[in-house]
Amino acid sequence: MSLAHDARVPARPALAQRPARTWPEINNPAAWIVAAILVIMPLIANGFFLIEIFATALILGIMALSLMFLAGYGGMVSLMQLTIAGFTAYMVAVFGVSGNTNISLGWPWWLAVPMALALATAFGTLGGALAVRTEGIYTIMITLAIGAAFYYFTNQNWAIFNGHTGINTVATPHFWGVNWRADIPFYYVVLAVAALCYFAVEYLARAPFGLALQGVRDNPRRMAALGFNVNAHRVAAYAFASFVAALAGVLQVWNYRQISPGSVSVGACIDVLIIAVVGGITRPIGPFIGALIFVLLRTFALDFLVRLGLDGNRFRLLIGLGFLAIVFWSSDGVIGLWQRWRQSHRPRSDRPAGGRGHG
Amino acid sequence: MSRFIERHPAWALIVIIAVAIALWLIFAVWPPGLEEAIGRKRVFLNAVFNGITLGGLYFLVASGFTLIFGLMRNVNLAHGSLYLFGGYVGYAISTSTGSWILGFIVAFVLTALVGVLLQVIVFRRMEGQDLRQTMVTIGLSIVFADLMLWACGGDFYQIQTPGWLIGPVDLPLITAVKSSGEPVYLRYPMVRLVIFAASVVIGLAMWLALNRTRIGMIIRAGVDDRDILAATGVRIQLVFVLVFAFGAGLAGIAGVVGGTFQSLSPGEDIRFLLASLVVVIVGGMGSIPGAALGALIIGLAEQLGSVYIPTYAIVVTFLIMVLVLAIRPQGLLARR
Repeated sequence: MSLAHDARVPARPALAQRPARTWPEINNPAAWIVAAILVIMPLIANGFFLIEIFATALILGIMALSLMFLAGYGGMVSLMQLTIAGFTAYMVAVFGVSGNTNISLGWPWWLAVPMALALATAFGTLGGALAVRTEGIYTIMITLAIGAAFYYFTNQNWAIFNGHTGINTVATPHFWGVNWRADIPFYYVVLAVAALCYFAVEYLARAPFGLALQGVRDNPRRMAALGFNVNAHRVAAYAFASFVAALAGVLQVWNYRQISPGSVSVGACIDVLIIAVVGGITRPIGPFIGALIFVLLRTFALDFLVRLGLDGNRFRLLIGLGFLAIVFWSSDGVIGLWQRWRQSHRPRSDRPAGGRGHG
Repeated sequence: MSRFIERHPAWALIVIIAVAIALWLIFAVWPPGLEEAIGRKRVFLNAVFNGITLGGLYFLVASGFTLIFGLMRNVNLAHGSLYLFGGYVGYAISTSTGSWILGFIVAFVLTALVGVLLQVIVFRRMEGQDLRQTMVTIGLSIVFADLMLWACGGDFYQIQTPGWLIGPVDLPLITAVKSSGEPVYLRYPMVRLVIFAASVVIGLAMWLALNRTRIGMIIRAGVDDRDILAATGVRIQLVFVLVFAFGAGLAGIAGVVGGTFQSLSPGEDIRFLLASLVVVIVGGMGSIPGAALGALIIGLAEQLGSVYIPTYAIVVTFLIMVLVLAIRPQGLLARR
């Protein structure tokens, strides 16, 4: 849609157009440095930074990544990605072990998690099948309505979702003698899942399916005329994005060990959109950058505002204004700003770092 | 109407039967067997009336939303914020001056002004970029919500109903017959009926204005093809500003109504944004009669649902939306 269209990477030199079959990160020193820092992070950061900042940002980043996949490659802005993640979290809590023994079925985690993932993917696919009946801004409205309906439903339903108190003290996995919710193992689990999702999205974007999806985004009529089933591609994109969001949901419920309607509220759904848009929805790295900015702001804005002599509770105002500024001035989020800055400071022959782009 | 019956005889039959059953349920004295099965008639009638009056409120919010969308193709996700803003303004005015009516007028004028500012400062700058406008309105709704939380706090406010509207009235609808053979009539709060009547009047006035006046003709032409309309020399930007102001003002009025019916608190903005989204999705985007029908359906579904299946009331609303999307994705009364 227009946002993705505006954000198309400016014309590249034609010579560099040859499709690279290797991962683009291999030739990019910055990517290696970031990867190395992320891997040795437990040596640098203490428990608070490791979990509250980096693991949380990675989890939010995975959710936003699923939105980025839909919005950037499919042209469908879905506001229900957080709802799918929340649904997974609820399912993990319901099938697995938790403090609410009257609700939880007490399955071991290796049974509960695949079940939750499968159900959430089905849920997201169904929602997607509904949303693809409409286009553009209608998609936003329908997915927002789905998200809000789920929020009110969890608030009202006591039999499965335990009303507004939610489900507490959800058990986390212990096996091979490791407590996987301890800070360092959990960080590595999150990092591994995030890397998996990141590379999966990157791979899919260049696979025939991803290319067809981008074709559907740019010109659905023409793709239909070429014999592609437009709606099937869109629903498949929803299915994949739902699975990614569902993975984030599992990590989220293990992170907080509880799930309540507050975590699937409409505001939280919109936060995921903010993260993706602020980071940039044309490249898979964008959501992670956006998530890091968001988490840092959420954690430190209070102290920062108080230090400036302002009311610390105005954190959401800061987020909203920042989001407005980004939407007003850069249609490709922080990445777009960075890229424009690079281009204005470099000779044209030099390709920008992430400039392989798509579409 | 007759064309609809000709084209869809089966649907028309179903609709007629449903209407007949509904009328019988409302007007007849229920036989004891039915009362045993689904409860007292008073409960049912109250739910129906609550649903219809709630539908009136939803119509006020959603008609502004759908009017703005129909003309400008602009999904204003800050519409809920305008609703809440109007409510707070109405509360402030009616408590400080003691005049309920004045609260309505000031709320309408102030929210309309906010609407003008939004249109001039924000939307005119990004015409035709739907998605970007939507994002901007999401950002604006976050900012507005926080500003209002700052100014008004997280408390619940309820606007005082004026003295001449307090108290119930007897409606000529029999809820039950006493053992002495004396009929019992339905008692219903006056204020809700008055507000419902007012929203019907506003709806009719809008319909007349759209279909019988020059400005209405311009707006309808703009809905169909605004480029050609602009080419014929109509000052389309002025029309946009006026329509946006009117739609926003309606949301402001609805805020005062909602503050009297229910209460005002942070979070209501999202609730009413969702309600108007569902209403216009069901009724058809950009259609005023569609908004009326959608508001009635959703209001009734919500109230009847909360009486008869309390846990799943919200799901009923949602299922209606799903059903409409599955059968008629453009909405019940949309033209396209």
